[in-house]
Amino acid sequence: MSNFSRRDFLKTSAGAAAAGTLGLGGATIATGAYAEGKWVPEKGAKLRVLRWKRFVQGDEDVWAANTKKFTEKTGVEVRVDAEGWEDVRPKAAVAANVGNGPDIIISTNEDAHLYPEKLVDVSDVCNYLGGKYGGWYPVGKEYCTDKGKWVAVPMGVAGACLVHRVSQMKAAGFDTFPKDNAGFLKMCQALKAKGTPVGFALGNATGDANTWCHWLVWSHGGKMVDKQGNVVINSPETIAALEYGKQLYETFVPGTLSWLDPNNNKAFLDGQISVTNNGISIYYAAKNSADPKIKEMADDIAHANFPIGPVGRPTELHLFFPQMIFKYSKFPNAAKAYLAFMMEKEQYEPWQSASIGYVTQPLIGYEQNAVWKSDPKGVPYKDLMKNMLPGGYDGPMGYASAATLADFILVNMVAEAASGSKTPKEAAERAAQRAQRYYKV
Amino acid sequence: MKRLLNNRHFLGLLFMLPAGVLLLVFLTYPLGLGTWLGFTDAKIGREGHWIGLENFQFLVGDAVARLSLFNTVFYTAVASVIKFALGLWLALLLNRHIPFKSFFRAVVLLPFIVPTALSALAFWWLYDAQFSVISWVLTKMGLIHRYIDFLGDPWNARFSVIAANIWRGVPFVAICLLAGLQTISPSLYEAAALDGATPWQRFRFVTLPLLTPIIAVVMTFSVLFTFTDFQLIYVITRGGPLNATHLMATLSFQRAISGGSLGEGAALATLMVPFLLAAILFSYFGLQRRKWQQGGRD
Repeated sequence: MSNFSRRDFLKTSAGAAAAGTLGLGGATIATGAYAEGKWVPEKGAKLRVLRWKRFVQGDEDVWAANTKKFTEKTGVEVRVDAEGWEDVRPKAAVAANVGNGPDIIISTNEDAHLYPEKLVDVSDVCNYLGGKYGGWYPVGKEYCTDKGKWVAVPMGVAGACLVHRVSQMKAAGFDTFPKDNAGFLKMCQALKAKGTPVGFALGNATGDANTWCHWLVWSHGGKMVDKQGNVVINSPETIAALEYGKQLYETFVPGTLSWLDPNNNKAFLDGQISVTNNGISIYYAAKNSADPKIKEMADDIAHANFPIGPVGRPTELHLFFPQMIFKYSKFPNAAKAYLAFMMEKEQYEPWQSASIGYVTQPLIGYEQNAVWKSDPKGVPYKDLMKNMLPGGYDGPMGYASAATLADFILVNMVAEAASGSKTPKEAAERAAQRAQRYYKV
Repeated sequence: MKRLLNNRHFLGLLFMLPAGVLLLVFLTYPLGLGTWLGFTDAKIGREGHWIGLENFQFLVGDAVARLSLFNTVFYTAVASVIKFALGLWLALLLNRHIPFKSFFRAVVLLPFIVPTALSALAFWWLYDAQFSVISWVLTKMGLIHRYIDFLGDPWNARFSVIAANIWRGVPFVAICLLAGLQTISPSLYEAAALDGATPWQRFRFVTLPLLTPIIAVVMTFSVLFTFTDFQLIYVITRGGPLNATHLMATLSFQRAISGGSLGEGAALATLMVPFLLAAILFSYFGLQRRKWQQGGRD
């Protein structure tokens, strides 16, 4: 909010409102950051953007359309390359290391904390957007600020809800999806008894396994490290979580120890499981399927947020996307203008709608976005950034938290305990040993 | 200058220079850099400082790293032995006069030609916990009542990825050995037959000794490829379940690239070198011995 007064805010929001109305008539009015001339692109600026490859087609299409709009308005040519999301992180790190590469990289999780000194200070962009759109969720700030400075612009999260089949849930005797851990376990047991088991990935599935395993441990009060970064995973709370996980595992479909990220999607769409954790992509695939049988299933699919455990508050982990501008870029102003432009409501809202909410907004004001009104089934995804804890909770973000996550220490612990290959105590001890190494430095 | 260019030794060096530079830039330098990184605490995006043997000490004490060493040795040993046996058998079959000989010889190479990432995907489906066609067929035939957990059980998973590796590796062994078989002069077999040698004796005392040099080279390569395998594991299991199929190469990638601990990953990769050297030395000093090749003993 430093360089953005209340008067400015009223002015621009009125402008945005006007544009919104006029936009309906097909007219486009230049509003937002670029029109205000906040960030004037350098002469002859050209941008290269590297981002993760879309999970749903609508994302890519509208992102490209928005980019084209930016080019039309500013004359800045923008080339957008997309890579599988797990490949972006190493590329970003190499770019940071060698000081050459795309001007903007939209990467994942705590990347901005790995090389903050190589990133352009984007506090002005973030303060402007935050001021205009109701502020950022605190978790986004944790991911993107270093020593009080914004070093990345939050794009949002691709998160998971509990995707479930309403008819099977009802058949198991539950009219609504349980809100607490105890009820959730009971429902899973009832589903299993009805021959419609649940399924959660326990292989080295970077996305799905990490998401639900962290919820499991956190919801019981277990955590990898404390605020100072001391490893505290071997705790009674973790053991309780693992005991719970063991009971939950008994309600799983066979084979989940081998599951990678795509497995639960396939199994769910084939009707083999009744509940799993996933982004909205399963529903999206069902809704847009050419197969009438699967299309029918879309009506039966609903989403719920992860239940609340003994700690009494939501404890979710989702895949966070920071948008970083690198200091080696010759056109930092153009890059700032681009990011601000893409995050403005006029661009963000249709983009979010096109990807049917695959990405949950980082700006509180966007809770009112059209996507959350168009299809009631998507609504649980609205609150993901409100419900989540930062990666590496409760410690500092950096190399240690990134390495711990990438090495599947927590997932392996849950899998070992759940499958019975180790007792919960042994599994927790081993996880502590492994994590110690990374947090030692 | 002219005198220099007329000098045999100088010219020789000059002509070797391009190759030498290539080797230096693309082989020696990366290898040296990798080894160096193993002794530092380099992270991706951050230069490392010399920390001596700390990475290696940690890896020796790390249960997952030790498991990956076991997995790698087991994977290499079992897969290589079976690949050799099947490859030799296939080569002997293809060396006979069979109808459509060239067709079969070409077909055999297919698994080797298909990009590994693609065939790995196929195997991933074959082994899928829910959609495995193998399980499906067996269930339909009434032989099993629940789907086989190919990749969810540690030992099942190990053997499953080994099977995939064998499928991919056999053609290489077979075709190379076939080439070796064809260099053996038929007159030797005729002579052996005249002496009354049985087919087994002909194989044991004519084919095998003459094939040994080729076997040595082929198996060295085969062991090297298997030991450093990455794609199959990465696509099919990502090292799971419970790290039961993590090879040193995949774990090294996970730690270095996904996890950002470049130094540790490099150290793990460096740890593979002694094993690879041992394999090479064994084949050169063991299998290439003249005496052995001539059917003698030490």
